Amino acid sequence: MRLESRFRWLPTPFRSLLLFVVWLLLNNSVSPGHIILAVLFAFFIPVITFPFREPQPLIIKPGLAVKQFLIVLFDIITANLQVALLILGPVKKLRPAFVKVPLDLTHAMPITILASTVSLTPGTVSAEVYPIPESLPPGEEPTERYLLIHVLDLDDEQALINTIKQRYEAPLKEIFQC
Amino acid sequence: MLETVFLIVFAMIGLSLLLNLWRLVVGPSVPDRILALDTMYINTIALIILYGMSMGTGLYFEAALLIAMLGFVSTVAVCKYLLRGDIIE
Amino acid sequence: MYSEWLVSILLLIGGAFILIGSIGLIKMPDFFMRLHGPTKATTLGMAGVLIAAMVFFSNAQDGISVKELLITIFLLITAPISGYMLIKSAIHHKLKAKDGTKGLDNVEDD
Repeated sequence: MRLESRFRWLPTPFRSLLLFVVWLLLNNSVSPGHIILAVLFAFFIPVITFPFREPQPLIIKPGLAVKQFLIVLFDIITANLQVALLILGPVKKLRPAFVKVPLDLTHAMPITILASTVSLTPGTVSAEVYPIPESLPPGEEPTERYLLIHVLDLDDEQALINTIKQRYEAPLKEIFQC
Repeated sequence: MLETVFLIVFAMIGLSLLLNLWRLVVGPSVPDRILALDTMYINTIALIILYGMSMGTGLYFEAALLIAMLGFVSTVAVCKYLLRGDIIE
Repeated sequence: MYSEWLVSILLLIGGAFILIGSIGLIKMPDFFMRLHGPTKATTLGMAGVLIAAMVFFSNAQDGISVKELLITIFLLITAPISGYMLIKSAIHHKLKAKDGTKGLDNVEDD
């Protein structure tokens, strides 16, 4: 996990890229004036806002991140078709369940991304990360973390946990190198 | 042809707004009602975009963006209030 | 002409998914199952409608129009977060899950 960028004048390279793209999208143009303005915003907003909050882990493998994004996008579409069929089918057949998934990730941001992916993909909504930080004594790091998820139609608990860990968690660990 | 499709999709989204309204009225718990409101604002965005398309103007895009942002913030604020009894501690 | 077909198909798919999300909101027996419809089906339905709008406006005006992507991305990012806040408040209020829900002892009180 790396928290500091290699360039001091560009503390968060991917947030800068995001700002650049969002500005151009908002104005819906690629005219030179807007590109210059977008570059200015992409440089100065991260520099000004960087001290506001704690440093977040940086994406170390951008290629893998793009690949993972496309995989998740594809999964969203297929999983939504499944959920749509489940909703339209008979309710009595559904087997809802709460499942605890053990986590290997440690930092809050990769865990947030994992929880969001789980919420958007296969028939699951992430509910909570255990242990809850407020219940711990201050300054103490929990040794084990669990993600509580609610499943709409549970078939095989161990298979679901394995899918989440291999398909979504392992690439995140590699992207952030933590 | 496109006019007919617009009408059908208007009807679909209107029907889903009515279903959400039913859930909002029936409840039975407060999180259910917030969920219904959350779905309603998302459906409203679809309705506004669709209206803009049927009028042939892109001006409604900004309104839809604003509704998306305010809706998200209000959902989170109400949930936070339910969780803590306070919005900013 | 082709774009008209594309817009129609995308709009119908999007509208159908939005409707399915709301049907899920009505049909399901407990809160935790109701949450699945709006967080997933409605989000995908919105993506369909917005991409249809993108194709429509790219065709109607000169030059392509991609700003609708912004709302799509925004909704994709915010839907899990509002779902997370909702389920957290539901657990906090100790809402009853449907009888026969497995693994209820996995839920800890906070």
